[in-house]
Amino acid sequence: MNLMAAIAVALTALRVNALRSFLAILGVIFGVAAVITTVSLAQGARDAVESRIASLGASTLNITAGSRARGGRQGGAGSGTPFSDADVTALRTELDFIAAASGLVQSNVTAVVDGANWPTQIIGSNAEYMDVRDWTLADGRMFTEAETQRSARVAVIGQTTARELFPGGGAVGASVRVNSQPFEIIGVLGDLGAGAFGQDQNDVLLAPVTTVRSRVTGFSRAGVRDPVQQVWVKIAPGFNMELATIELEDYLRVRRNVPPGGQDNFAIRNFADLIRAFNETQRVLGLLLASAGLITLLVGGIGIMNVMLVSVTERTREIGLRLAVGARRRDIRNQFLIESVVLCSAGGVIGLGAGVAVARGIEAFGPAMGLTGLAVSVDPSVALVAIGAAATVGVLFGFYPAMRASRLDPIEALRHE
Amino acid sequence: MDAPLIRARGVSRVYRLGGGDVHALRGVDLDIGRGEYCAIMGASGSGKSTFMNLLGALDRPTSGELVIDGEVLQGKRPDELARFRNRSVGFVFQQFNLLPRTTALDNVALPLLYRGWSLKKRRERAEACLRMVGLGERMDHHPSQLSGGQQQRVAIARALSGEPSILLADEPTGALDSQTSEDVMDIFDRLNSDGITLIIVTHEADVGARARRRITFRDGLIVEDAS
Repeated sequence: MNLMAAIAVALTALRVNALRSFLAILGVIFGVAAVITTVSLAQGARDAVESRIASLGASTLNITAGSRARGGRQGGAGSGTPFSDADVTALRTELDFIAAASGLVQSNVTAVVDGANWPTQIIGSNAEYMDVRDWTLADGRMFTEAETQRSARVAVIGQTTARELFPGGGAVGASVRVNSQPFEIIGVLGDLGAGAFGQDQNDVLLAPVTTVRSRVTGFSRAGVRDPVQQVWVKIAPGFNMELATIELEDYLRVRRNVPPGGQDNFAIRNFADLIRAFNETQRVLGLLLASAGLITLLVGGIGIMNVMLVSVTERTREIGLRLAVGARRRDIRNQFLIESVVLCSAGGVIGLGAGVAVARGIEAFGPAMGLTGLAVSVDPSVALVAIGAAATVGVLFGFYPAMRASRLDPIEALRHE
Repeated sequence: MDAPLIRARGVSRVYRLGGGDVHALRGVDLDIGRGEYCAIMGASGSGKSTFMNLLGALDRPTSGELVIDGEVLQGKRPDELARFRNRSVGFVFQQFNLLPRTTALDNVALPLLYRGWSLKKRRERAEACLRMVGLGERMDHHPSQLSGGQQQRVAIARALSGEPSILLADEPTGALDSQTSEDVMDIFDRLNSDGITLIIVTHEADVGARARRRITFRDGLIVEDAS
C-alpha cells in the first residue's frame, strides 16, 4: 500500500470520529502552544540582550574609582580618589590600544525652554564620547575639543528630550536652560534605543564635561583637579578585550600608586559580560518554562496513546477484515501509526498558531498588565521544530497501539464483537 | 487430469489451550478441482470452520500438506500468507464485515488497496464488480443505507474484486431472511456457472442442496463426500 493511500485511509478514519480526534489532540495543542510561547519569549529576551550589548558597544570598558577604606571601613564604590581629565588624556596618549576615551560627569536636572520643561539627565563628556559609544547624530553637530577646552555652553540632546522640549521640532539653534545656565543646542542625537538595563538612552542632554562640572553639577573633590565620575574607553579594533583589560589595569595600578599585592583602587567593568550574566537567570527561567511545555506535550502524547488504543479495540473487526483481504502486518501497523502522526501533526499546527497568538498577545497587552520589558520573537525554525516534535510524539505514542493492532490474529479479530 | 486446485493430505490442526490439546482437524485428505461448487457441512465444533480458515490461509495447519492454486501453504511466513489471501482468495462472511461510513465502491476496492493499485484503477474494477452483483446504482451508498441482502452483495463484489481462484463463503445466508437468501444464492450459482471455484460453509440443508458436492465434517474428519 502506498503512502498517499495510507494517509487517505487515516484521514477518513479520523474524520469519522472528528470530535474524539479533536479531544485527543488537545494535550498536544497545549503542549506545542506552551513551547512556542516560552521559546518565543526567551528568543525575544535574547534578542533584546544582544541589542543592549550592541548599544553599549562590545569593545567599551567603564572605569570608576574604587572604594577607599578609612580606619578599616570601606567607603563604597566611588569613594576612592576620582579620575580626572588628566587621567583621560594620559590614557588616550599613552596606551595605543585605546581608540577613544572620555571622562563623564552626570546629574539629573530639569531642562527648561520657553513654555516647556523636562526632567532629564545631563552628561558632561569630551568631544570623543560619541566615538566611544558609537553614537550618531540625527541633526546638527557634536561639540568640539576646543569648545570643551573653553567650557562652551553648548549641548547635544537626545531624541526624547528633543521631542519633549520641542514638540514642533526646531531644536537645533534653540536655547535651553539648565540650572539657570543657558545652553545653545547644536545637535540632536540619533536614536540610541534602550540602554543596557532597559532605560531610555534618548532621554539625555550632552554637554562639555568642563561646562557641566563648573556650571551645573559642581562636582569636585579635594586634591583632584578636574575630577570625573567615571571614564569610558573604547578599545581599538584588532586588540583582544581581555588582554587590553589586563594591560589597562596594570597601567592604572602604577598611575594610581597601588602597592604590589594591594587592592585596586578602581574598577574596570565590561558591561557586555555583566548583561550576559544578568540574563543568564532569564535564560534558566525560560528553559524551565519550556520544559514545562515539553512535559505537557508528553502528557498529550499519553492522551493520544489512550485514544489510539481505544480505536484499535473498537476497530478489531475492521483490522481482521483488512488482514483477511490481504493487508500485511506492517500495512496495519503503518495505518495506525500514520493516524497517530497525522493527529499529532494537526495538533502541532493548531498549537503553533495558538502559541504564536499567545506570544503576540503577551507582546501587545503585556505592558498594559504591567509586564514590561517583554520582547517576543517568533523564529520560523521554531515552528518547524514544534511540528516535528508533535509528529515525533505521534510516532512514539502511536507505536504501541499500532503494534498491538498489527499483531491481532485475523480469525480472532473477525470474530470480535 | 489437471492437478486439483486444492489438495489436502493428512491436514490436522491442534489448538493448545490451558486444559490440554484440542484436535480440531485430525488428518483430512481432500481434493477440490477448479470450477467446483462445494458445500462444507457439519455441526458446530465439527471442524468445518477450522478447515475453512486453513483454505483461506488465515491459519496454518499444525501438520499435513496443503497446496492451493500451486502454493504450498504450510511453512509460509505471515506476509506471504497475506499476499496469497490478497491474490487467490475471496471471503464472504456471515456478518458481511463491511467498513462502516465507507461507500460501497470503496469497500469493494479495499483488497486492491493492498495490491498497490492506483485509486482510478481500483475504482474502475470495483465499479465493474458492483455491476456484476446488480448494485451499479448504489455505489455511493454507505452500508447503513443498504439492506442486509444488498450489504451481502457488496461483500460478494469485494470478494470478487481481486479476481481470486477461490470464493470462500462462511454461512453467507446466516444473517438473511429466506427470500434474500435465495437472491444471494442465485448470485453464487451464476458466479460458479461463470467458472469460479466456490466453497460455502453452511449448516442449512437447502443451501447445501444447491452445491454439486457436499462434504460433511464430524469430529475433525470428513465423514461424507457426496456429489
